[in-house]
Amino acid sequence: MSYDVLTREISNDFYKELLYRMIKVNRFETELLRLQNEGKVHGTLHLCVGEEASVVGSTAALKKDDYIFTTHRGHGESIGKGADIRLIMAEILGKTGSSNRGIGGSMHVTAPEVGVVGSNGVVGASVPISLGAALTIKLKKIPDRVSVCFFGDGAANQGAVLESMNLAGAWKLPVIFVLIENGYAVSTRPEEASADPDFVKRAMPFKLNPFDVDGDDVLKVLYTVAKAREMVLSGAGPCLIVEHTYRISGHSRSDVNSYRSTEEIETHIKNDPIKRYTDYLISNGFFGAEELEAVKRSAEEEVKAAVSYALSRPDADMGAEELERLVYSDDHDRRAL
Amino acid sequence: MNNVRRITFREALREALSEEMRRDENVIMLGEDIGEYGGGFRVTEGMIDEFGSGRILETPISETAFTGMATGAAITGMRPVVEYMFSDFMGVCFDQIMNEAAKVHYIYNGNYSVPMVIRSASGAGTGAAAQHSQSLENMYCHVPGLKVVMPSTPYDAKGLMKTAIRDNDPVIFLEDKLLYDTEGEVPEAEYTIPLGVADLKKKGRDITLITYGRMTGMCLEAAEMLKVKEGIEAAVLDLRSLLPLDRDAIIASVAETGRALIVHEAVKFAGFGAEILSTIMESRAFYKLKSPVRRLGAAFCPVPSAKKLEENVFPTPFSITDAAAELIKGV
Repeated sequence: MSYDVLTREISNDFYKELLYRMIKVNRFETELLRLQNEGKVHGTLHLCVGEEASVVGSTAALKKDDYIFTTHRGHGESIGKGADIRLIMAEILGKTGSSNRGIGGSMHVTAPEVGVVGSNGVVGASVPISLGAALTIKLKKIPDRVSVCFFGDGAANQGAVLESMNLAGAWKLPVIFVLIENGYAVSTRPEEASADPDFVKRAMPFKLNPFDVDGDDVLKVLYTVAKAREMVLSGAGPCLIVEHTYRISGHSRSDVNSYRSTEEIETHIKNDPIKRYTDYLISNGFFGAEELEAVKRSAEEEVKAAVSYALSRPDADMGAEELERLVYSDDHDRRAL
Repeated sequence: MNNVRRITFREALREALSEEMRRDENVIMLGEDIGEYGGGFRVTEGMIDEFGSGRILETPISETAFTGMATGAAITGMRPVVEYMFSDFMGVCFDQIMNEAAKVHYIYNGNYSVPMVIRSASGAGTGAAAQHSQSLENMYCHVPGLKVVMPSTPYDAKGLMKTAIRDNDPVIFLEDKLLYDTEGEVPEAEYTIPLGVADLKKKGRDITLITYGRMTGMCLEAAEMLKVKEGIEAAVLDLRSLLPLDRDAIIASVAETGRALIVHEAVKFAGFGAEILSTIMESRAFYKLKSPVRRLGAAFCPVPSAKKLEENVFPTPFSITDAAAELIKGV
């Protein structure tokens, strides 16, 4: 089960693994939606149904030690990079035995053991931070490692992102900007918010290597990110990848989809990235339908097991004093207060 | 070996930065014009000759980007020291300070630390007006996760800067720009000063002047005038760091003198003085009070430019002397 970045050879098992991951992301998100409807999620959720090819393809092209910085809609990339979904599920349900002890919730998922520095609740804010990881890689001459930041078409217009693109270009930092153009920033379409919604053009003034890819084609995404990673490592400078996809999920808990039609959403559901990839694998004779059905079932099992694990954990319940002790690295004696 | 020299506040800071960069190769500096130009207030002058452009990193005027970059570098193993030319400019990048640097350690379950120092020129007195003269320390103090340091002497500046660089959390290090040229005794030998330990700059039995930063010097002048003119012995307690705050030192001194006058350069309304005052009121020192506690701070207006206008909005040794004398005489 491997993907060789250099030869771009995908083993048979890895074709299956990509599908497995996409279904895992999808079921993780849909299970969360169900749990939220049952009143079991205290916080808000930003789900990525419809973006499975983008998040899985992008992260599959990276190595474990590559740093990734994700957004408020960050479950998918974290799962794709290999985060333990039991810990994330427990975190989102506010449980102990979770990735952040209930402190972070959905928007601050972290999995340092697989390079997921963390997801971030402020639109665009993790992008400058990703430059710092790239700076460390550059200054310490760490081989075979890149820093990758994910952000949306909404964040693309944040000053933080534009400043970061300039700085990365000016200093040739080993960073990959992955702009996920998913149709809407909450309810605003890219053409409503951007002077020119053809975001890949933004690579030009900042000397980023530009890539523009169908974000619903997991293999194309994988190849593109792998190519970008190679370029960064070869010293060609930072890259900007625009991945075009569609957010089937609502923006968050409060979204009633007033800004788009049911038909529009239905159209995308009918041809979602998982279906596209499944059809591709079957029609090209990679696998039979039953074989892929088994992949689907095992991904579903893993998510169900994560839900059972999370629900079985006691609620997070630290007192205020205990929480105060977690604010600083050094001052655990509360001298700071 | 343990020679004591007189050097300026600026030189003391430069020594601290240089010594720490020699001691730990992970210490780097980021900021605008901190290389050949030496930084807006010449603190880093000459450092690029020793450490090179690989460690003295001159950034574009993009405070948001380079503050975030410093946070990311700190998370992944560096110990960045960030310079803002003026502390007022944190307004353009406060998100990165407040929502990111301060919170990374906590929200990511202690998996990361952010050993970073943000240092900047603070305060008024230069006629630079409303956007280049503010004392905004209280804004940082309201954000759990940050530490806030404001030295008043070259000795303290050096010792505290070295500690701040070695600290594993983000430290906001505010340098009163009128102090850069002031001189003081600084030993040649290595020393550090812990954060959260106030310094009683002058003993006195009648009243405690509680202050920090450049107002410490004014309080010492006021204490001298009080002694000469009124025969009043005022203690001057320099907090040195606001977060962590040395509450014990405040309480102990006020319990002894029974009177407190709090002096800061920042706007008085909702200023840090209110926290100091509350510390007294919520403590055993309250029972020892012989008079109300008073605060002196800047007027509630943006800092004006013209010399007299500017002087009129801040405490002076005279206003401090008057306020202290009033408290003692019960006026």
